[in-house]
Amino acid sequence: MCLAIPAKVVSIEGSSALVKIEDVEYQASLLLLEDVSPGDFILLHAGFAIEKIDPEEAAETMRLLREIASHGPQ
Amino acid sequence: MQYIDEYRNKKLVLAVAGEIRKVSTKEITLMEVCGGHTMAIHRFGLQAVLPPNIHLLSGPGCPVCVSSQHFIDTAIAYCDIPDAIITTYGDLIRVPGSISSLEKEKAGGHDIRIVYSVLEAVEIAKNHPTKPVFFLGIGFETTAPATAAAIVQAKKERIGNFFVLSAHKVMPPALMALIEDGVGIDGFIAPGHVSAITGSAIYDDVVTSGRLGVVISGFEPVDILQSVLMLVNQYEYGNPKVEIQYRRIVHPQGNKIAQDLLSQVFELKDDRWRGLGVIPDSGLKIRKDFCEFDAENRFPVSVPEQADPAGCICGSILRGLKTPNDCGLFGTTCTPSDPVGACMVSAEGTCATFYKYRS
Ligand code: SF4
Repeated sequence: MCLAIPAKVVSIEGSSALVKIEDVEYQASLLLLEDVSPGDFILLHAGFAIEKIDPEEAAETMRLLREIASHGPQ
Repeated sequence: MQYIDEYRNKKLVLAVAGEIRKVSTKEITLMEVCGGHTMAIHRFGLQAVLPPNIHLLSGPGCPVCVSSQHFIDTAIAYCDIPDAIITTYGDLIRVPGSISSLEKEKAGGHDIRIVYSVLEAVEIAKNHPTKPVFFLGIGFETTAPATAAAIVQAKKERIGNFFVLSAHKVMPPALMALIEDGVGIDGFIAPGHVSAITGSAIYDDVVTSGRLGVVISGFEPVDILQSVLMLVNQYEYGNPKVEIQYRRIVHPQGNKIAQDLLSQVFELKDDRWRGLGVIPDSGLKIRKDFCEFDAENRFPVSVPEQADPAGCICGSILRGLKTPNDCGLFGTTCTPSDPVGACMVSAEGTCATFYKYRS
């Protein structure tokens, strides 16, 4: 139920965005999120965009993980 | 798919698991609160890559599972209101009440419709102005803001036939109840999407009075393992705190718009959880300002209390005391196609997950 999936914003009309997951399009209400632009990734939950995905934080997490991977397990 | 594939990368999974093995020396039991985490742990076989001293236990974070039988019975009672249209998220429809389920009522001719979003329920109300349209509001802080937004919308548009039966719940009191109950765990893998709304401060009590570490986690295999690593580090050094692993989504302050809507529309009430009983200030009730949308206010029904299904130990499972394998009905009398308890209905219920990925 708390499932929420990353979706890419295609276009915005009023308080609703057209978003894509893989190649399937969905409507996402923007009543819970502002400052959304086409190209952003949002998290879609029960028809609502609940948060934006922060690309910089995502890159930072990945950098940290790759660093762990580069030590190699003992 | 971006933001999914890289968090399922096998090399990273094994690397993080290797790191966990390096730092973990003590026996440790972690509770994944959210059913979404339970599902991912089983689906990707994460327990198998962890060392044997690390135990994962599922918790009360499945909204369908913790909805009480009394709530289901109440929802069924609303079917008998003349011309009623009942709208609900899909999972709930199959949960057995004490004598029937919404699915059976639907088969019996009642107008019960599955919606993906609460806004669809508002649309249905607009399209059927002479019929009362009820929405069954279940879910935690992740889902409740959508209901709040729909109620505000309905008020703006002066929709007079849209009513919400709220069983929305908030997470922190349930976690504190588990701790007070003496659950034998050493830390929480905390729900990422609840926290996206609430922010991280809601777990401060768990750390200060419960002395347990909390890591807010994403839902992919690498996310969950990284969260385990963070909790193991906290535990090994005796330093419990709230940390955010799921930083691409969760900000410490959470989603302010959603929080404002929640407090505008809802107030806290004592609420009943399956397995946990009544927990003070753990449920969301519609405020007086919006009482015209409150089903309980507009159409009060009274439904007697009934005992939970005989033999079902959902309650102990939700409290982290038992696992589905301890239940005599698991996989025999109780299966996903013929569920006895709520934990076997929801895809993210612990019993349904154990059943699907049983070896
Ligand atoms: S297996 Fe079925 S009866 Fe047993 S605890 Fe789970 S839901 Fe209840």
